[in-house]
Amino acid sequence: MQVSITINGNLVSHDVEPRTLLVHFIREQAELTGTNVGCDSSSCGACTIHVNGEAVKSCTMLAVQADGQEVTTIEGLADGDTLHPMQQAFHECHALQCGYCTPGMVMAAVSLLDEKPDANEAEVREGLEGNLCRCTGYHNIVKAVLQAGGAQ
Amino acid sequence: MIPAAFDYVLAESAENALALLTEHGDEAKLLAGGHSLLPLMKYRLAAPGVLIDIGRLDDLSYVRDEGDELAIGALTKHREVETNPLITSQVGLLAAATAQVGDPQVRHRGTLGGALAHGDPASDLPAALIALRGSVIIDGPSGRRQVAADDFFTGFLETALAEDEMLVEIRVPKMPDAQWSFQKFNRRAQDWAIVGAAVVVNNGQCGVGLVNMDARPIRASAVETAVNSGATATEAAEQAAEGCEPSADLNAGVEYRKHLARVLTRRGLEESGR
Repeated sequence: MQVSITINGNLVSHDVEPRTLLVHFIREQAELTGTNVGCDSSSCGACTIHVNGEAVKSCTMLAVQADGQEVTTIEGLADGDTLHPMQQAFHECHALQCGYCTPGMVMAAVSLLDEKPDANEAEVREGLEGNLCRCTGYHNIVKAVLQAGGAQ
Repeated sequence: MIPAAFDYVLAESAENALALLTEHGDEAKLLAGGHSLLPLMKYRLAAPGVLIDIGRLDDLSYVRDEGDELAIGALTKHREVETNPLITSQVGLLAAATAQVGDPQVRHRGTLGGALAHGDPASDLPAALIALRGSVIIDGPSGRRQVAADDFFTGFLETALAEDEMLVEIRVPKMPDAQWSFQKFNRRAQDWAIVGAAVVVNNGQCGVGLVNMDARPIRASAVETAVNSGATATEAAEQAAEGCEPSADLNAGVEYRKHLARVLTRRGLEESGR
């Protein structure tokens, strides 16, 4: 069936099976491979994107459920060559090791601060509970989110 | 992992969804937020032939003050239940339990009605609804009916919903002065509860619902009776596992679950001022 999703401001329209997952639509139809598939079972958060401004796990959503909606992926955060403040904070705080969880972590963190701009350390840790870092690099990730939120 | 192939229909209204359910019979499943159903389908534990998407029926997403009760639309997302001022002020236990569901991403998509209709004994929300003595409103070909939480959960992933019926609303009694506690024991962030206890004390009357202590979400009736007869939290909580038949899994054996139920119920009662 025909599915049309506005991804990072561009309308992407493809004929896909109803069972196509949103993350596969993004990676294979829209050819945006910044969004990773990790656990593929809505635990790890590597596939986190925004649908209508809210963080969701795109491995647990059908593409057809996003038909007509606005999606933002990690590729849509930066303004040209200027990184999004969250990306900049991750860069400055070295908030990544292998980098696999990073796109999802950044998207979750942006959504977290949208909802709770003054989040403290405990709230940041709690708010990122849906994102796993197999390198266990949480210390600098939390530091980066606090920096982006202006709390540090 | 991708689900087995299915036909997809977007419901245009609640009436349309019911008509589609009648048309497709037991081949069909309703899709709301999809955060219980889609994982089952990806693991091929469920393979419905038709998915009826009710996720866009915004008129089933609301929180209304209905006198002694709050009426919550079945498609109200967890995030809204967690933060809605009417819910946080009138039935704080429900908001607190919802804040423990999954993680923020899950709560942006999952719905209260979907979580209840799934009937999972490991879910946080059925226990809260039981403790609060809430009910659900079910719509179907023969009209609407109201079912108390105690009668709604009938077995493992089984509810009182017939194949051609749809959960449309949740009712919870307002209790702004209640003291309550939601105790969830798990080992890792975002995990399901190994055992949980939803406790509320309102006007001296106690309600206790347990998570993962039986094949279905279950009320700790013996604890309620004991508390209402004046027992201390410690005395009453000793009865927490009475009548429960929890299962054993890699996280906990039967005896350990019963132990947890007693400990969590005591903590919950104490935090609720008993």
